[in-house]
Amino acid sequence: MPLILGALLAPLMQSAIIRTKSVMAGRVGPPLLQPYRDLWKLVRKGAVFSETSSWIFQMGPSVGLASIILAMTLIPFGGFAALSSFTGDFILVAYLMALGRFFTVAAALDTGSSFEGMGASREATFSAFAEPAFFLALAALARQTGQVSLGPALAAVSTATWMRAAPTLSLALAALSIIFLSENARIPVDDPATHLELTMIHEVMALDHSGPDLAMIEYGAALKMWLFGAIIVGLTAPWRAGNRWMDTAAALIGMLILGVGTGVIESSMARLRLIRVPQLLLVAIVLSALALAL
Amino acid sequence: MSETINWILVLLVLTGFMLLGSSRLAACIRLIAIQGMLLGILALRMQDGQWSAAGALLPLISAVVKGVLLPWLLMRAMREADTVREIEPFISYNLSIIAGAAGLALSLWLGRQLELPNRPPSPLLVPAAFFTSLVGMIVIVSRRKAIAQVLGYLALENGVYAFGAAVAPRLPVLVELGILLDVLVGVFVMGIAIFHISREFNHIDIDKLEALTDRL
Amino acid sequence: MTALLISLLFFGAGAIASLIFANRGRWPTMVGAGGVILGSLCGIVPATRVALGAPAQSLRVAWDVPYGSLYLRLDALAAFFLVPIFVICAVAALYGAEYLATYRGRKALAPPWFFLNVLAASMVTVVLAHNAVLFLMAWETMALSSFFLVTFENEKESTRQAGWIYLVASHIGAAFLLVLFVMLGKENGSLDFDRFTASSGAGTLFVLALVGFGAKAGFVPLHVWLPEAHPAAPSHVSAVMSAVMIKTGIYGLLRILTLLGPPRAWWGWALCAVGLTSGIAGVLLALAQHDLKRLLAYSSVENVGIIALGLGVGIIGLSAGAPFIAVAGFAGALLHVLNHALFKGLLFLDAGNVARGTHTRELDHLGGLLKSMPATGATFLVGAAAISGMPPLNGFVSEFLIYLASFKGAVSGDASSAVPMLAAISGLALIGGLAVVCFTQAFGIVFLGQPRTVHAGEAQEAGRAMLAAGFILAAGCVLVGLFGASVVRSMGPVIRGVTGLPSISVGDSLAQAADSVARVGCFGAGLTALAALIGGARAITLARRSVASAATWDCGYARPSPRMQYTASSFAQPVTETFSMLLRTRQSLHGPQGMFPEGAEFYSRTEDPYQSLIFRPLFRALSRAMATLRPFQQGKVQLYVLYIAATLLVLLLWEVA
Repeated sequence: MPLILGALLAPLMQSAIIRTKSVMAGRVGPPLLQPYRDLWKLVRKGAVFSETSSWIFQMGPSVGLASIILAMTLIPFGGFAALSSFTGDFILVAYLMALGRFFTVAAALDTGSSFEGMGASREATFSAFAEPAFFLALAALARQTGQVSLGPALAAVSTATWMRAAPTLSLALAALSIIFLSENARIPVDDPATHLELTMIHEVMALDHSGPDLAMIEYGAALKMWLFGAIIVGLTAPWRAGNRWMDTAAALIGMLILGVGTGVIESSMARLRLIRVPQLLLVAIVLSALALAL
Repeated sequence: MSETINWILVLLVLTGFMLLGSSRLAACIRLIAIQGMLLGILALRMQDGQWSAAGALLPLISAVVKGVLLPWLLMRAMREADTVREIEPFISYNLSIIAGAAGLALSLWLGRQLELPNRPPSPLLVPAAFFTSLVGMIVIVSRRKAIAQVLGYLALENGVYAFGAAVAPRLPVLVELGILLDVLVGVFVMGIAIFHISREFNHIDIDKLEALTDRL
Repeated sequence: MTALLISLLFFGAGAIASLIFANRGRWPTMVGAGGVILGSLCGIVPATRVALGAPAQSLRVAWDVPYGSLYLRLDALAAFFLVPIFVICAVAALYGAEYLATYRGRKALAPPWFFLNVLAASMVTVVLAHNAVLFLMAWETMALSSFFLVTFENEKESTRQAGWIYLVASHIGAAFLLVLFVMLGKENGSLDFDRFTASSGAGTLFVLALVGFGAKAGFVPLHVWLPEAHPAAPSHVSAVMSAVMIKTGIYGLLRILTLLGPPRAWWGWALCAVGLTSGIAGVLLALAQHDLKRLLAYSSVENVGIIALGLGVGIIGLSAGAPFIAVAGFAGALLHVLNHALFKGLLFLDAGNVARGTHTRELDHLGGLLKSMPATGATFLVGAAAISGMPPLNGFVSEFLIYLASFKGAVSGDASSAVPMLAAISGLALIGGLAVVCFTQAFGIVFLGQPRTVHAGEAQEAGRAMLAAGFILAAGCVLVGLFGASVVRSMGPVIRGVTGLPSISVGDSLAQAADSVARVGCFGAGLTALAALIGGARAITLARRSVASAATWDCGYARPSPRMQYTASSFAQPVTETFSMLLRTRQSLHGPQGMFPEGAEFYSRTEDPYQSLIFRPLFRALSRAMATLRPFQQGKVQLYVLYIAATLLVLLLWEVA
């Protein structure tokens, strides 16, 4: 169930962000279903491959999508537990995403374009800095709840936990939010709407992909955002009504709020200079370390 | 009650890290102002319900001085000196933050080792105080601008103040007022000095002052 | 035990026969490689059986050497290290038979085969030896035989230099071991390992072992010989050295740990600290390299760091009385020993293919090799993904175990034991992330895109034997990755041997860890299936559409040239820039100037900071100090006799007085 919800609604979260940004900029914005239309349009297109590329380039998007879908099966959502849950499952989640990254980066290098090489290098580097922060934030969560598994750990967070350990949880949450922005290529780390290739990180890696491959990359990005969002919302919405549908509805509202919030951040902040991005991620590490120290 | 104190201390540590990481002088001055206010609230919370006129007034004065008066003075000094508004550190911001993280680890360890006469209301109090002083020292050592040195000095003093709150929630009023006055005068002197230095030499870079030594 | 003796006999016979038939064309290769392969096949059966729980066997023969005895013992710990030694030696011999063939006529091939056999035999003896004298002799033989293998291309100045650094480093390590064993022997009155018991100065002994064995294993800052020796050696030798020989250092450390009695917590802290420094410094320095084999050598430092981290976590768990943390930590570390043997062996062999096919190892001269060397490229991809800890492969399983142990420790432990665990978690995460950067760089720059130079454009795929060797190891990586749970479950005997925990708690903890690993294995299989499914659907979709191929979209630039591709140094730049304080990369830039720039040049080079900041000044000071002794060295025989006589006289007087 969490998988189906995520699979269906993930692009909607992106359009929530786009809509927020449009409203804040005083525009109407594209229809809410536009991401779905874009995906459908891409799926129906043919493809153009670079002459320099090899099978790695063609394999990259499929592996990336497969790994993110598998990672989704480990994420609980609202009133529903994850499809699969075992001790240390979030390690697998992080490494599945690393696998997707490995192949996206390899595919980008396969084109031989220096723009894509640049994006690949930045993506790999920034994710390397984000990873310790992610693990430490989850370690803080695990230490608070005594659970070394994502589902039970999130389920163990209740209003009582928040009352008891609000500073710890908020610090972990802040760290996760920074990771959310950086891993999903949002401002202030990366600007998904920029038009200058030199300043891009994530988008520039997909420059040469087209047709179904591009659809897979876009869809994978939406799923990845949903995944991080689900973790954040699971942590921040500790109210359990007991009814799984109501809990799920609450989580959906939480995702909407997260999307709108991201839109607000994107509208009100400038992108950081690239050289300052590691510093932001370093702050995320420090935040989660502080969460553990409390 | 300890929850609020925890929050304040966390914010204190975070402002410390932001002080290490931010490149704008104005932002740093604002951070120091926030720290001053936070310490004022902290001292108020530490009263633990037993209000007294001096106990309530003193944190208030200190918060006003550190949170409003001194920042205003510094902002003014900065504008007068018309300096480049970047900090220009000797070491990179990343390294400053890493140094800060090491300092935090050190203070946490120290906080566990140190035996205090009375148990502080939060286990984070002593580490946060130490950490704030350490940040002050890092800033003093690693920054080029004279104003940044003043800021470092203020952070150092904030740490000492927080530590004082940990050791003895109720310092004699006179002592505390004395410290406050000390700081105020110190910053005044430094502000005036900076102003004059910048007028004489057109810059306030500390390392360029090396030229003034008697060394042959 | 008999089978192992026969295997040693094969190695010996191979060594001698390759010398006897030195001048007979292909013969030294045949008998030399044959000796290694037959010996390994013969030994692997008993080694596997004992590693899986068959009773330990020993053999003891009296020996004339003082305090020495020919005491060999095959227990689970020894057997666990023997398995990779045999596998890698056999595969390397298979590879070397073809790799060295091109040197025929130019260089004598008998010596490398002689020394490879001796190296294999000495590694086996090191692991089996249960007497300190025998151990040290085998240790020394191992160092010397690998020294001669490293200096195979001794006509090159750089190779000779590398050989000397290696020799000096390994003897500094050996000196510490000598002290260690003398201290242990003095305490217990015998140099047999099973007579050693927990002694008073366990802490000192641990430090001695850490330094002595650490020099072989490549712990920072004693790693400086690795990046010199590995690139200089022929590729199959680098594979053997990096994959298994440095692991004898880990073996020695573990063996001494079993002798020292219950470990203290600070040993675990020390190992965690060593592991973190080695891991992070290793991967950072690997990223900054331009030479493929140097990169791999530094990545060995990184992986040894991960192993040390696992051991440290395990020891902390052991001393805190938490069996799961101890078992999972040790299991992760030991499994990583095996895994690193598989993927690092594979990567070095593939690096050999690249060097052979293109005559260069310079990353920025390569590119696009996946098209000209498809099999090498595919196996390298497997190795690169495995070493970065990517899920369906074996590297993830061992790192997962270490993570699991650390997370358990971080959750359950009190504040003081949680700190090293959290350090381990964040360190592993950082190392893992940087390893992804490093190996996407290695794979991407070498195999993807377009050839950057003519050499790379004319690359030749390696021959069958060389490819077969790579395929065997790649298959190993995949199998251990998918069936990690079975491997973990079968590690009971060796974990019992190392930790000394009762078999019930070891079994429980292993079963618990294996449960998670089994899930990971399912996910690995699921991932492969799902990726294949998506790939298939994509292929079907694309079959009905127009698929064109065109020049790379370079943002409107129509004529991209191969030289415009991103280079290795630019790919690594964000990381090297962030860690510039630690790496001290030297750069020289002559930017384009003027209206019609004539040329521009950029050059960056990262020296080993430990080498340039610690060892070079140290040795320079040493040689300056030693220069004062020059007057004694006059070259006159009479003078030396005088020295000897004087020494004897002084000793006599001292003894009498």
